[in-house]
Amino acid sequence: MNRSSGDRVDVSIRDVRVSYGGTVALDGVDVSFAPGLVHGLIGMNGSGKSSLYKAMMGLVPTSSGTISLFGVSPKEARKSQRVAYAPQSEIVDWNFPVSVTDVVMMGRYGHMGWRRHARADDHKAVAEALARVDLEDLSDRQIGALSGGQRKRAFVARGLAQGAELMLLDEPFAGVDKKSEATMTKLLRSLAADGRTIIVSTHDLIAVPALCDRVSLINRRIIASGEPSEILVPELLTEAFGGFVPQEALQLAKAPA
Amino acid sequence: MTEVLNWFTDPLQFEFMQRAMLVAVVVGLVCAVLSCWLTLLGWSLMGDAVSHAVLPGVVLSYVLGAPFAAGAFIFGAGAVAMIGGLNRTSRVKEDAAIGIVFTGLFALGIVLVSVIPSQIDLFHILFGNVLGVSDSDIRQVLGLGIPVLIIAALSWRTLTLYAFDPTHAHAIGISPRMIETLLLGMLALTVIVALQAVGIVLVVAMLITPGATAYLLTDRFSHMILIAAATGVLSTVLGTYLSYHLDASTGGSIVCVVALLFLAAYIFSPSQGMLSQFVRRRRAKSSIDDPSRAGRPDPSLAED
Repeated sequence: MNRSSGDRVDVSIRDVRVSYGGTVALDGVDVSFAPGLVHGLIGMNGSGKSSLYKAMMGLVPTSSGTISLFGVSPKEARKSQRVAYAPQSEIVDWNFPVSVTDVVMMGRYGHMGWRRHARADDHKAVAEALARVDLEDLSDRQIGALSGGQRKRAFVARGLAQGAELMLLDEPFAGVDKKSEATMTKLLRSLAADGRTIIVSTHDLIAVPALCDRVSLINRRIIASGEPSEILVPELLTEAFGGFVPQEALQLAKAPA
Repeated sequence: MTEVLNWFTDPLQFEFMQRAMLVAVVVGLVCAVLSCWLTLLGWSLMGDAVSHAVLPGVVLSYVLGAPFAAGAFIFGAGAVAMIGGLNRTSRVKEDAAIGIVFTGLFALGIVLVSVIPSQIDLFHILFGNVLGVSDSDIRQVLGLGIPVLIIAALSWRTLTLYAFDPTHAHAIGISPRMIETLLLGMLALTVIVALQAVGIVLVVAMLITPGATAYLLTDRFSHMILIAAATGVLSTVLGTYLSYHLDASTGGSIVCVVALLFLAAYIFSPSQGMLSQFVRRRRAKSSIDDPSRAGRPDPSLAED
């Protein structure tokens, strides 16, 4: 497996500041993400995980700092279809009248003309993406008729069909049972092994050691970045979680996996 | 049998009814198509706002001798811009911004009607008058309605992408802001088209109810558009007939029909309806009482 990627860096974030009105969401974030790895972005609610994603996608203005994706600006990276985003469950309308195939096909829209008319290679990419995440049999289902884990995989498939090299996943383990979590872990690890950059934001530490090659603790700035075993230690976790470290996280840090 | 047939054919010997039917079909179709996205986006208040806000534009157009669509569009688009601006630049929440802007403009329109001596029949503007449409009204309905239908046919996938996941649209380099502007422009044009049939006050019914009815009946967007279109056209055409035979308000008749169609879907929809939910609850209850009758859970839904 392509564990290490040498000095290559796909995503470089330097001294990025973001504020909403008077509230500082990101206060000088410095972090980089290498290809071929699964990166965990760990912090409590309100720690700036979502703001960092939004900044990387160019959804919020940065008041200072630079963000470079594949050596170009976020806007250029979006235009070249290299960035995919899998949203949190809470912000998706699961009753929306679209099938699993429809959702994955939306990953192709950036490759199509303005009528979004699918051609043979679009259908092929969608079929391959559905096969990769093991949802072929459920492709005609309405998106909300899937289980929690299957829903997440449908959005990963959308990013695959898109051909994205950078995948941003927002809380992919929320509302997912243990078995689905293992399936998802395996899937994301194999996608990273192909050379993609996978970033997973989470406040759930249990899944992290099995999934992530690198983790970054965030609390408006990056507290620490590195191998999970170096980072998931009580002192750093206390700093990231502001003294309210989840009990299971501390146990995890004590007992190396 | 012939009586039923005559009920439909007799009115059509009159030219005013033929015109009314043409306008009814176009209005039903255009509103219904747009209502699918408005329903999914939760934009019903926005539809209501745009329709009320066009009143001063209509009045000023009459005064200036311009086609009323021009004034209506300016005020409809202006209302949308003001709502967006108010929302961005103050702490006032969006629903409050919508309420303030549209009532303010609507009130301005009523004041203008009352002080400007003119031939304007406020009642017709507020409640529609499809039985009395003029040639220029028909030209406006067709000239605005058909372009909206063409735009919808060409860009329905993009509009649906925006309604489902605007963040994804942004991530793949498609501007959600542009799609939103397109949809608001279509909304303003549709409101102007629909004014002829149902009037300002009831336009929102045609902009929401057909889509909401279809939403209760299907999980497929392509089916949703077709069902909404059928609902919209059926209610405008049937409503126009009812209005003729009962000598009742046309706008009122049309909206009563569409509301009844929604009610029917609400009760009888095979998947979402009250009746089938009741039956399912009864079955579930009886299977608890008698475990041998319990249905197996859907295996494909099991977590893997």
